[in-house]
Amino acid sequence: MLEIRDLHARVEGKDILRGVSLTVKRGEVHAIMGPNGSGKSTLAKVLAGHPSYEVTSGEVLFDGKNLLELEPDERARGGVFLAFQYPVEIPGVSNAQFLRLAYNEKRKHLGEEELDPLEFKDLLKERAQIVEMDAGLMSRSVNEGFSGGEKKRNEILQMAVLEPKLAVLDETDSGLDIDALRIVSEGVNKLRHADNAIVLVTHYQRLLNYIVPDYVHVLYKGRIVRSGGKELALALEEKGYDWIKDEAEESQPSAASA
Amino acid sequence: MMAQATKEKSSYRAAFDAMQAEDARCLPAWLLRLRETAMERFEQVGFPTTDVEDWKYTNTGAITKGAFAPVEAGARVELGAADVAAFLAPEASSRLVFVNGVYRAELSATENLPEGVVVADFATAFAGEHESILRAYLARPSDPEVDGFNALNAAFLREGALVYLPRGAQVSAPIQLLFLSAPATQTAAVFPRVLVVAERESAATIIESYASTDESRSFTNAVVEVFVGENARVTHYKVQRESEAAFHIAKTNAELERSGVYDLTTITLGAQLSRHGIGVKLAHEGAECWVDGLYLVGTGQHADTHSLIDHSSPHCTSHQLYKGILDGKSRAVFNGKVFVHKDAQKTDAQQSNKNLLLSNEARIDTKPQLEIYADDVKCAHGATVGQLEEEELFYLVSRGLHTDLARNLLTYGFAEELVEKIKIESIKRQLDEAILNRLHARLEV
Amino acid sequence: MSSIELLTNKEYKYGFVTDIESDMIPRGLSEETIRLISEKKNEPEFMLDFRLKAYRNWLKMEEPQRWPNITYPKVDYQDIIYYSAPKQKPTLASMDEVDPELIKTFEKLGIPLTEQKQLANVAVDAVFDSVSVATTYKEKLKKHGVIFCSFSEAVHEYPELIKKYLGTVVPTNDNYFAALNSAVFTDGSFVFIPKGVRCPMELSTYFRINNSESGQFERTLIIAEENSHVSYLEGCTAPKFDKNQLHAAVVELVALDDAEIKYSTVQNWYAGDEEGKGGIYNFVTKRGACRGRNSKISWTQVETGSAITWKYPSCILQGDNSIGEFYSVALTNHAQQADTGTKMIHIGKNTRSNIVSKGISAGKSNNSYRGLVKVLAGAEGARNYTQCDSLLIGDKCGANTFPYIEVSNNTAKVEHEATTSRISEEQLFYLRQRGISQEDAVSLIINGFCKDVFRELPMEFAVEAQRLLGMKLEGSVG
Repeated sequence: MLEIRDLHARVEGKDILRGVSLTVKRGEVHAIMGPNGSGKSTLAKVLAGHPSYEVTSGEVLFDGKNLLELEPDERARGGVFLAFQYPVEIPGVSNAQFLRLAYNEKRKHLGEEELDPLEFKDLLKERAQIVEMDAGLMSRSVNEGFSGGEKKRNEILQMAVLEPKLAVLDETDSGLDIDALRIVSEGVNKLRHADNAIVLVTHYQRLLNYIVPDYVHVLYKGRIVRSGGKELALALEEKGYDWIKDEAEESQPSAASA
Repeated sequence: MMAQATKEKSSYRAAFDAMQAEDARCLPAWLLRLRETAMERFEQVGFPTTDVEDWKYTNTGAITKGAFAPVEAGARVELGAADVAAFLAPEASSRLVFVNGVYRAELSATENLPEGVVVADFATAFAGEHESILRAYLARPSDPEVDGFNALNAAFLREGALVYLPRGAQVSAPIQLLFLSAPATQTAAVFPRVLVVAERESAATIIESYASTDESRSFTNAVVEVFVGENARVTHYKVQRESEAAFHIAKTNAELERSGVYDLTTITLGAQLSRHGIGVKLAHEGAECWVDGLYLVGTGQHADTHSLIDHSSPHCTSHQLYKGILDGKSRAVFNGKVFVHKDAQKTDAQQSNKNLLLSNEARIDTKPQLEIYADDVKCAHGATVGQLEEEELFYLVSRGLHTDLARNLLTYGFAEELVEKIKIESIKRQLDEAILNRLHARLEV
Repeated sequence: MSSIELLTNKEYKYGFVTDIESDMIPRGLSEETIRLISEKKNEPEFMLDFRLKAYRNWLKMEEPQRWPNITYPKVDYQDIIYYSAPKQKPTLASMDEVDPELIKTFEKLGIPLTEQKQLANVAVDAVFDSVSVATTYKEKLKKHGVIFCSFSEAVHEYPELIKKYLGTVVPTNDNYFAALNSAVFTDGSFVFIPKGVRCPMELSTYFRINNSESGQFERTLIIAEENSHVSYLEGCTAPKFDKNQLHAAVVELVALDDAEIKYSTVQNWYAGDEEGKGGIYNFVTKRGACRGRNSKISWTQVETGSAITWKYPSCILQGDNSIGEFYSVALTNHAQQADTGTKMIHIGKNTRSNIVSKGISAGKSNNSYRGLVKVLAGAEGARNYTQCDSLLIGDKCGANTFPYIEVSNNTAKVEHEATTSRISEEQLFYLRQRGISQEDAVSLIINGFCKDVFRELPMEFAVEAQRLLGMKLEGSVG
């Protein structure tokens, strides 16, 4: 479904991704881990098409099509979803209004009929249960005055409504207490099925106790330096990132100076 | 009215001509020329009237009609060290003292300064190696929007204070510039001038003080210019506590180089009519300024503050907090403008003016303005006018405080934010006293 | 790397011209012109006197060009036609007699006038160039005692009311443009709501400029007697001409004890082309007097048109406990200039005012908020809250805030807050990541920004206003 080949990207003149390759198939869950500043969030934003990030080389195929030449909204309508690390507040725009617009854009794209506000309300109510979201938040402005946990839950609710083919979850676990983490993870697990794929970007192994990945990759200095099964995450939890760093420096001494 | 203005101008003209003739041989020619141009400018524009938008709320008629005349060079008031002691900031280890605009070496102290740092009066500087600095900064082409007061100050530019910090100089103790009014006549006009040049990476604190020795009437028309070099930092306090019969017109201009920091705090307590114009130019990236102040006025006083923060370069930051406490039949004006030019992206400008009206005869006119021509900016301003919160008052009284005491406490609390910012103990103490005195006077009424 | 930049505006859809024969007077302005206008309108003596007095004041006044933040070439007041009316029978027995061309014009503008098609709950006065051509629901309103008619008609039918109120809120010497209007105004709307009546429907006036050489100088007077209530809305459009045209209107509102007037404007005059050629100079004086105790006047405006807008709908809060409100959205694009805001004059005790201003600047336009909050010495317990927000789109436009706060009473509480920011890239990206197109995302953010004002518009017009903003900015963000 997703094929990333030797991807290089930069932001504000700084090279962040230096040759990332990754293949994600339908039904799989991949976790991307790595120390701070390794390029995890950059990878997530590049996939979604953030205008501040510039792809300098490499390619990304999504369902066989070149993802990089699409506008951010085209990617979204095509089924790419990014759960933001820091969801943005949009004053005056209600959550329900915004989600209905997004949902209908997608339906239009698929040649389906749009839902009217009442029909959509029912759908929203049903999906809100997945993340145990209070219906009162739907009439409030997008993310405005939401607690950190509510913002993250709102992201997963949007995922539940938009039903993406590929969901990239950028540090969705950060800033969550244990209860909120459980709710969010269970929500994601409910949305996981054989036809979609999920990429989890995270710093901590904690999330992976709840959402069990098929593959774990370690990103360091803009490259995937190690891949493995879920046991790799446990090893990282136990030993930290240092051994990976040392290993990476040894095998590729040029990486540090590149 | 026209006739009055003309007459006023000509009385300055006579004093001016006499001064030019007297100084012809002892002062540099560029200065004489500069003064002549300024005098012509003054004669052309005169004192501003309330028809001018910037002077809409402040009528300077009393100054125009006040028959003020420049103090003659020879006029000397006998004042000893003991007489001025009360006006000195003990924290300062160097100081220049001017009495009625005339430099008094015997009351000043210019030792204890790091290598290369100059704290000198203009007469000394003109005669010495620093003449080129004065020339470079004073003789620059003047702002076309210069008003009549500023022009008149330049026309009578003679005595003044120069503070020069060479590259990297760090002056830890504050430098005080004291301008005392002790006029022998009721019509003394004085024209203080200050030039501060802080070269790259230097740092200093300046205390600029204005005070009167008695309750007499005088007219101070000051201009202060501050140049903050790259990465330099100038902390500037202006404390104005002239007599309540005095007229005080002042202008403070600052220009900041890349990453320069200018922190100005003004305290306005005195004068029957005061006007402080502030202009800060943020023309190089990363510069940052604070322009804060407190005005505390009572019956018969009028205090006007006009500030212009000019953002013409990206990534500059400005902070402004002005608080006013108005008592009795007093009046205050605040006009703060933040101007963000087209290319000044990533500007962060905050401005706030808060006023407390303690009496029902006080009047405040406030006009915080934003003029913004760049799109990637974060600008906000706010202004409030109010009295003490009844709820808070009630709370304190319900805890057993006497109503008057509760009022004092809350008023003090209102000023607290600014008082706390002041790092010079003696200024803080003066301010505390002024606030408490004001409140005390109130209780006696 | 900003993805926000300006492209072109969508075509102004009201820019057509109606081909109709007009009765015009020669261009130019003199006492002669004024006598001619008054004569054409067959006015009583007191009206001519009012006009001449205003004209003499105007001659002595100066055009306000210094303090507003706008620039334009000098207007040649002798090059304007001060009266232009479609030729038709002087008095019409019914709507059927209105020139079908005019009916068609207003229909095209979305204002059906014929009985079959009339808007269900809105009575409309249609003003074409210098005269009112039709007023709907007049009879139905009359049954409730509500007078809603053209100003000309009111001068003849209700001269006592006109004499009593005209010029009492905006005196003939108030300002340059108000004086000019008082001298030459040709028509407008008159509304009178008697004691205790709640007007059963929305009242609306639709102004249309058609003639390329004429100015429009209309006059509106609304009187709400004790304990009455009315909601009024005006709309305006004009054809596209290369030449600038002057629109100098005066609106006076009077609210007596416990009365409430809600006045809404959706202003969409022709704004000129992208380079600033042509468009309307919208120099308007609007003022309401809350004369009675507990009275309330509320101004809501959505300003999207005009080459230049100069207007400050104001409230004189005379009556104790009276309330003034001002809700404004002002959008400028391309070369448009707006200097607009409000004045709240607190005179009575416990008077309150609330100001919410949302300015949006795009293109190379210049958008200024200018507002005065004045609390007089006797206004015990006055309260004001002002919120001014500006949004910038692109880096060639300007957004300015000039609030004047003058307080002479220590029991007053005045609060002003203002912010200026731009549409953030992060907000746009967030919406686009959810599949919403760039243009929809911008329009969503802008509508969110203006929500507090749209909420105040009558329902029928809120939708129109939102659509209008979207249309004006369409294509302006790329």
